[in-house]
Amino acid sequence: MYHYNDFDKAFLAERNTQFRAQVERRVAGNLTEDEFKPLRLMNGLYLQLHAYMLRVAIPYGTLSSAQMDTLALLADKWDKGYGHFTTRQNIQYNWPKLTDVPDMLDALGEVGMHAIQTSGNTIRNVTADHFAGAAADEIEDPRPLAELIRQWSTDHPEFQFMGRKFKIAVSGAAADRAVLKAHDLAVRIVKNDAGVVGYQVLVGGGLGRTPMIGKVLHDFLPREDLLPFIEATVSVWNQIGRRDNKYKARIKITVHEHGLEDIRARVDERFAQIKPTFSGVDQALFEDIKAHFAAPAFRNAPTVDYDTAYDANPTFRSWADTNLAAHRVDGYAVVTVSLKKHGDTPGDATSAQMRALAQIARDFGHDELRISHEQNVILPHVHKSDLPVVYAALRDVDLHTANIGLISDIIACPGMDYCALATARSIPVAQKIAERFDELKLEHDIGHLQVKISGCINACGHHHVGHIGILGLDRAGVENYQITLGGDATWDAAIGERAGPGFAYDEIVPAIERLVNGYLELRDSPAETFLAAYRRLGLAPFKAYLYPEAQDAKVRANAA
Amino acid sequence: MPRAFTPKVVTANALIEGDVIYLTADNGWTRDLPLAELLTDEAHAQLRLLEAEQQVGEIVGAYLADAVASDNGPEPTHFREDFRRTGPSNYFHGKQAVGQ
Repeated sequence: MYHYNDFDKAFLAERNTQFRAQVERRVAGNLTEDEFKPLRLMNGLYLQLHAYMLRVAIPYGTLSSAQMDTLALLADKWDKGYGHFTTRQNIQYNWPKLTDVPDMLDALGEVGMHAIQTSGNTIRNVTADHFAGAAADEIEDPRPLAELIRQWSTDHPEFQFMGRKFKIAVSGAAADRAVLKAHDLAVRIVKNDAGVVGYQVLVGGGLGRTPMIGKVLHDFLPREDLLPFIEATVSVWNQIGRRDNKYKARIKITVHEHGLEDIRARVDERFAQIKPTFSGVDQALFEDIKAHFAAPAFRNAPTVDYDTAYDANPTFRSWADTNLAAHRVDGYAVVTVSLKKHGDTPGDATSAQMRALAQIARDFGHDELRISHEQNVILPHVHKSDLPVVYAALRDVDLHTANIGLISDIIACPGMDYCALATARSIPVAQKIAERFDELKLEHDIGHLQVKISGCINACGHHHVGHIGILGLDRAGVENYQITLGGDATWDAAIGERAGPGFAYDEIVPAIERLVNGYLELRDSPAETFLAAYRRLGLAPFKAYLYPEAQDAKVRANAA
Repeated sequence: MPRAFTPKVVTANALIEGDVIYLTADNGWTRDLPLAELLTDEAHAQLRLLEAEQQVGEIVGAYLADAVASDNGPEPTHFREDFRRTGPSNYFHGKQAVGQ
């Protein structure tokens, strides 16, 4: 894990002091809201429907137990005892008072955390594969690179007032768990035929009202070229990106309008200009950062306790089958802790749950925790012999739900229950779908199925890349939900196809149930996932289940 | 033809707490929609909004929201305003929890 040095600490302390003074001036009436708003947004403070919201960055999703304890402290002391983990590996507090926020930021600063650049037209929190440093399929841990990008982008003078926000993701594994192709820019660590590690750079992906799949801008960059190449790319977009229309300001539109070849030529030209100004400091810094991410001292021990529990305890076995992933070290497992208990709010954790997770990480997890963009918590390094104890500890705080990758493991944005931009609610739809399929006891039979729900077209809930995507809209003053099918958030990324007319709030859960029942009838074997069946069959047969009335009408018309 | 004016209330968020507030007839702010001033005349509504916006030390983001008269005072006409006067649906937090 990266630990702040004296420079980092001094920078953050000064920034927090500045914000404290800005809040005081706003309250005293010396700043108008128009003057204050950009200042609070730069520090992650939004105003939502019912209250302020503080969005705290969790860089590349990595947390220590001390940091998780502090997140719990904030929830108890200045909020309502819980926090909401987001699809960008951040945490949001929904109820802070304006005058408490400087104290919250100071408390975060104590453990090397902040809310800088979690809003505004800047380079946002860098996200990464949540299995980084642990996954069996990894070429290299992407976090040192993510940290280098974080340090470079934080308060970067050229990139504080861009046309729009800019999101970067990094991954170093064969499988893409970071939705690389839905980012403004993504870095994928690759190895060439000669066995040399380098970087593939993608550009122009994004969801929102104009969803686009990222394209390869550079196939293989050597290490020393990466940071100047990223800077060149952001710089090109910052100059030619559109500022006349905020909906056309993201780099995906710039790439679309200019074409990839034109952007590549501009980036190459800019790169040639700025590369000589990178004196090698970034490479020295990178080596220093890398040392912070040295692998923990893994132990070599028998796994007999795990095997015994697996054979003897069916609930443990079900959890292990669903929530564990392969670790790169023999005898270890990657544990995904579900924040999707049926009927609960996706991504929410109480302060007691956060403290329990911190304690488990201290006792059994080499002091490491991760937050996934899928709104779950990961214990990346747990020895298998400790899993029965870890499971029992999770069970004590109701964090033992065995549903990772299943239909109830739903991504949902806060929607109109909190968000000022939302056009409909997301959370209750997620709650009801999860509860319904739990009642039906079907989800393990259904298998891998990702449902992703957004409460507006901005797509924080990633609905475009859900196997089943749900988009909540306001249709003539009533909540209405559009379904998209066949989206994919992996390296085979695909934007889902709109199924047809939307459904009213009380019709959406029955519609999803019909759709999933249809899939169970249509699949050629239990091994064929929803997405595979959709790819084989296309939209039409699924549509028949979603819109039975239309189907009946067609039959009647044919009979007449 | 321009659309007929529909009744409104002036609403905003409180500067410190950030919660939902409504302008009252005596130029104060209330957290209860039924106590808000219902504005039935368009020119008067615009004037009241201007007056509200001047109270920069107390409020953020004033705007006119549609409402209708009822026996209990103004009621929202759109679900967004209904959520704003109630609180979120996943927890018993916000206005719905006040006074419980």
